[in-house]
Amino acid sequence: MSTSAQGLASRVSGAAVIADDLYKSFGETKALAGVSFEVQRGTVLGLLGPNGAGKTTAVRVLTTLVRPESGRAFIDGIDVLAEPTKAKARIGLTGQYAAVDERLTGLENLEHVGRLYHLPISTAKERGRELLERFDLVDASDRVVKGYSGGMRRRLDIAMSLIAKPSVLMLDEPTTGLDPRSRLAVWDLIEELGRGGTTTLLTTQYLDEADRLADDVVVVDHGRVIATGTPQVLKQQVGGDRIEITFADPCDADRVVEALREQACGEVLVLDERRRVIVPVFEVQGMVPEAVRRLDRSEIPFNDVVARESTLDDVFFALTGHGASENGASADAESESEPEPEPEKVAS
Amino acid sequence: MTTTDVHAGPRDPFELTPAPQTDIADGPQWILKDSWTEATRHLHAIPRNPELLIFATIQPIMFIVLFVYVFQGSVQTPIDYVQYVIPGIFAQTVLFNSAFTGVGVADDLSKGIIDRLRSLPMHQGSVLIGRTLSDVVRNVLTFVVMLVVAFAVGFRFEGTLLAALAATGLMFIFSYAFSWIAALIGLSVGSVEAANSAGFIWMFPLTFVSSAFVDPANMTGWLQPIAEHNPFSILTDACRALYNGYDPGNDAWIALAWAGGITIVFARLATRKFARSTSA
Repeated sequence: MSTSAQGLASRVSGAAVIADDLYKSFGETKALAGVSFEVQRGTVLGLLGPNGAGKTTAVRVLTTLVRPESGRAFIDGIDVLAEPTKAKARIGLTGQYAAVDERLTGLENLEHVGRLYHLPISTAKERGRELLERFDLVDASDRVVKGYSGGMRRRLDIAMSLIAKPSVLMLDEPTTGLDPRSRLAVWDLIEELGRGGTTTLLTTQYLDEADRLADDVVVVDHGRVIATGTPQVLKQQVGGDRIEITFADPCDADRVVEALREQACGEVLVLDERRRVIVPVFEVQGMVPEAVRRLDRSEIPFNDVVARESTLDDVFFALTGHGASENGASADAESESEPEPEPEKVAS
Repeated sequence: MTTTDVHAGPRDPFELTPAPQTDIADGPQWILKDSWTEATRHLHAIPRNPELLIFATIQPIMFIVLFVYVFQGSVQTPIDYVQYVIPGIFAQTVLFNSAFTGVGVADDLSKGIIDRLRSLPMHQGSVLIGRTLSDVVRNVLTFVVMLVVAFAVGFRFEGTLLAALAATGLMFIFSYAFSWIAALIGLSVGSVEAANSAGFIWMFPLTFVSSAFVDPANMTGWLQPIAEHNPFSILTDACRALYNGYDPGNDAWIALAWAGGITIVFARLATRKFARSTSA
């Protein structure tokens, strides 16, 4: 280890991962335009952003897969750019695709990765068996992965990145492409790892995922960090739950705002050429009938009153003034945005 | 039990020790071991997917049967057509099989396996070395099947067994060189389908505009010099001479030099490409 890296490591001993002013372009696209963040030891950091925001590039820089144009990156105080192999011995990567060899069995996959971490074969086998047990894959351990479901593959994939007890686990969109049930299973797993004190960097496009799993959240957009904080702080900034009222006549907007002001816990927004009003509320429960009563009392005609929970789009709207889906950099948008919970319609 | 030993203590996989690990070794001395580990990944798969091996042998068997029985009477060759064409089919098949390296590499790349391997503290050159070497094993297996069929239609080693072994070895060395070209193609195209077509298509003119199936002297005028200088012709001529018991002259050495040159250039290019490859 170089002396400068050691010095830095001792200065920032609380951070297991440091990304320091990273820049990286792919042609015209600026994937990273000065990204900095830290993952504190024993915590889960959620790197939240839409497709093309630079999340994956950041993970790839930290795992030595991509060399940044400028900036520095450290794992456990080891300079990732200067000593990539040493840094790699400290990390476990679960990429966007379940990187399992489907021609091998579950146990063989684990053992193989363990051997490439240069663990003794007996240790690799032993830990492989433990992880299969822990990840609920014992019955499938001697089956060829080709027959595994998507959720099983993902669990095996995460197990593989834990085989050498890495000090930092990197999970790049671990639930993208999973069905809802497998998604919950993977969430439970990550939650358990987090409680066990595994330092984790998790990228996600889903606000609810970051909300549930992350201790701290870094929001990225267009290769820049646009917000940092705990999920609670972030949700407060966004306004959290809300009700939305749509109506035909833009002239009614002011009357709608007036009628519903008492219900709001924050600033009431008027959108869509004054045909939509958003009322932030602390708790959705009972708010829709109440709003309908108030609108009726004021004799304002309306089309819809719906209750909604905040989504990534809202975070982006609140932080940047544009939605996540109109982000521009969605050329690689292979996964559609979070399916929103069906709005509960009460009146039309 | 000490608190600093990361592998000591209760073996709960969730109790991941944040303390620095000192027992993960790395360095260039791991190249052989890591290459072998990677090769075993692919070798494990051979008996589990016998259909791949079966399909890989059907085409050469068909070629032997078709060329020997369809063209035998109508192609003018300096020696008996069976003895002439079968070394050509051998060489072509062994060379074609090198393209599977590219398909396998593209498969690993598209599934994110290369991302994972690149994030491991292993010797990075080992991924492609392990892949190309394990593909030689697969290639040898198809060759054995092909050899049996060739003997069934009347092919014989007219020279010494040693000469036949030399011819066979030369083909595999030549094919190994081409598997590095295939690896570069596989990493460049990134999808199995594209690797499949891009890896094979250029081998048709390479192997057909050559002395493998017909005597270049009978080709259209402008094709003759191309066929004569085609390194694949040189390989075929050398193997044909060795299988039939006459002196290959310099051809064997020239073919070997081609193989060496291609390996050096393309192993370097493919390894460099690998060091920058990530799944889409």
